[in-house]
Amino acid sequence: MNTKCDKCDQPAEVHEIDVEAGREIHLCREHAIEAGFQVPQSAPVTDLLTQFATMPTQADPPAPRRVERPTACVECGSTFARFRKTGLLGCPDCYGAFARQLDTVVARSQNGANAHVGRVPDQSSELVDLQALRRSLIEELDRAVASEQYERAANLRDRLNTLAVGDSGG
Amino acid sequence: MKLKQTGPWIEHSGPDADVVVSSRARLARNLAGLPFVNQASDVQRREILQLVRSLPFASERGEELVWIDLQHSTPEDRRLLFERHLVSKQFIESVSPRAVAIADDEQLSVMVNEEDHLRMQVLLPGLELEEAWRRVVEFDRRLEKHADIAVHPRWGYLTACPTNVGTAIRFSVMLHLPGLRLTNELERLRRASNDLDLAVRGFYGEGSDSSGDFYQVSNQLTLGVSETDLLATFLGEVVPRIVAYERMARDILVERSATLLEDRVHRALGTLRSARLLAIEESMKHLSRVRLGISLGLLPDVPLGTVQRLFLEVQPAHLRCVRPDSIDDTALEPVGEDRMLDDERTRRRRAALVRHELGG
Repeated sequence: MNTKCDKCDQPAEVHEIDVEAGREIHLCREHAIEAGFQVPQSAPVTDLLTQFATMPTQADPPAPRRVERPTACVECGSTFARFRKTGLLGCPDCYGAFARQLDTVVARSQNGANAHVGRVPDQSSELVDLQALRRSLIEELDRAVASEQYERAANLRDRLNTLAVGDSGG
Repeated sequence: MKLKQTGPWIEHSGPDADVVVSSRARLARNLAGLPFVNQASDVQRREILQLVRSLPFASERGEELVWIDLQHSTPEDRRLLFERHLVSKQFIESVSPRAVAIADDEQLSVMVNEEDHLRMQVLLPGLELEEAWRRVVEFDRRLEKHADIAVHPRWGYLTACPTNVGTAIRFSVMLHLPGLRLTNELERLRRASNDLDLAVRGFYGEGSDSSGDFYQVSNQLTLGVSETDLLATFLGEVVPRIVAYERMARDILVERSATLLEDRVHRALGTLRSARLLAIEESMKHLSRVRLGISLGLLPDVPLGTVQRLFLEVQPAHLRCVRPDSIDDTALEPVGEDRMLDDERTRRRRAALVRHELGG
């Protein structure tokens, strides 16, 4: 029996039962790597030797390798099942350990977003932040004027003026 | 515990104070290399406390932060912190090692070992979101100089719950919306907020009711939107729109049912000035109407600051801990952090306090 990959016609090399979703997953090497499975690049030499020694006369397809999806975070031991139950991850490393599962979960709760935009440590001074705020407010102001929302535009202008006053003081 | 009678911020009325009571910016941060609070042992939680306490950060004004260890505080003190909006309900109900650091007239506070290692907030009166944000970021910068913070190139600031990951910032405004409630327009506000990915909650945040017609509006998205864009949306769109909407509702009330409105406002003040027993909900309801009356110019002799302060002082722990006994010498039962004990003696003291403050 030679199972095909779920995503293409190549023979599947990775076979896994997704307990949570209650279904089987079969993927070819390429799609398995894409989906984040740890697929050995090539079989170790000892395996090859064993296979050679026991190779049957008729060429059977190689036995499928079972690749386990990480079920627990190596760093803190927390599991994805626990996250499902509590809504909480165990440590910063869990974001790496459950990266693939989190993709869907995070996108669902964050309106489809999947990457951080904004402040990062030590790379923005107060001045930069205020300039960014000013830019965002000016963009909002332009939009308000373009859509003839004059009250909103007036509000935004007030905000921009407040920022200018705050700047000159400090 | 070293807390003043009420949060000084609450008496000062900031910009747009007729509708916007306060503005808050809160950041969640976690220390790198340590499990999140939920997965940490009590020993590790104590280590986190010690680590944070040893950091040499002061407030922006150079003040030392007042450190309150919640494991060694009384249930009444914990409840007081909660009523003051300095800590969350979840935080006072927990039993594990945790603390709160407070500075700058209670405008700045840091919860240590809540859901995340650090939750720092700046809470200001009126609509001052950008100032709250500027100050909390300033504090965050000082923190970053001394501590290694968990950040991921793709996910941004890492938090125990992925619904906070990214900027890990929560902007919120506390709004007084009696006009929208009296004109039955709150449902529309809720729907509109939902469409804009905003959460609408009660006076004490998550899980609380809209006691006193107060509603807390906050962002739900923390990923894929920068802090500045979020702030610009709040200041340029969300808040002005709700404020305008509430003012319109008040105008409609004045226009269509001026007498009825005046009657309600004056009856509320009359009750507060003469009642001998006041339940918590009743006092919140009447104070809300009096606040509305002040903003409509119907009660020129009642200061907004006093009413604003009373919203806090009528709460159970404030009533016990904060007010001097000269107002009412009834000895009160101690109150637990999770109980809203409202027996006759409590209601009597509340009524005495309110009469004293509003000149009854």
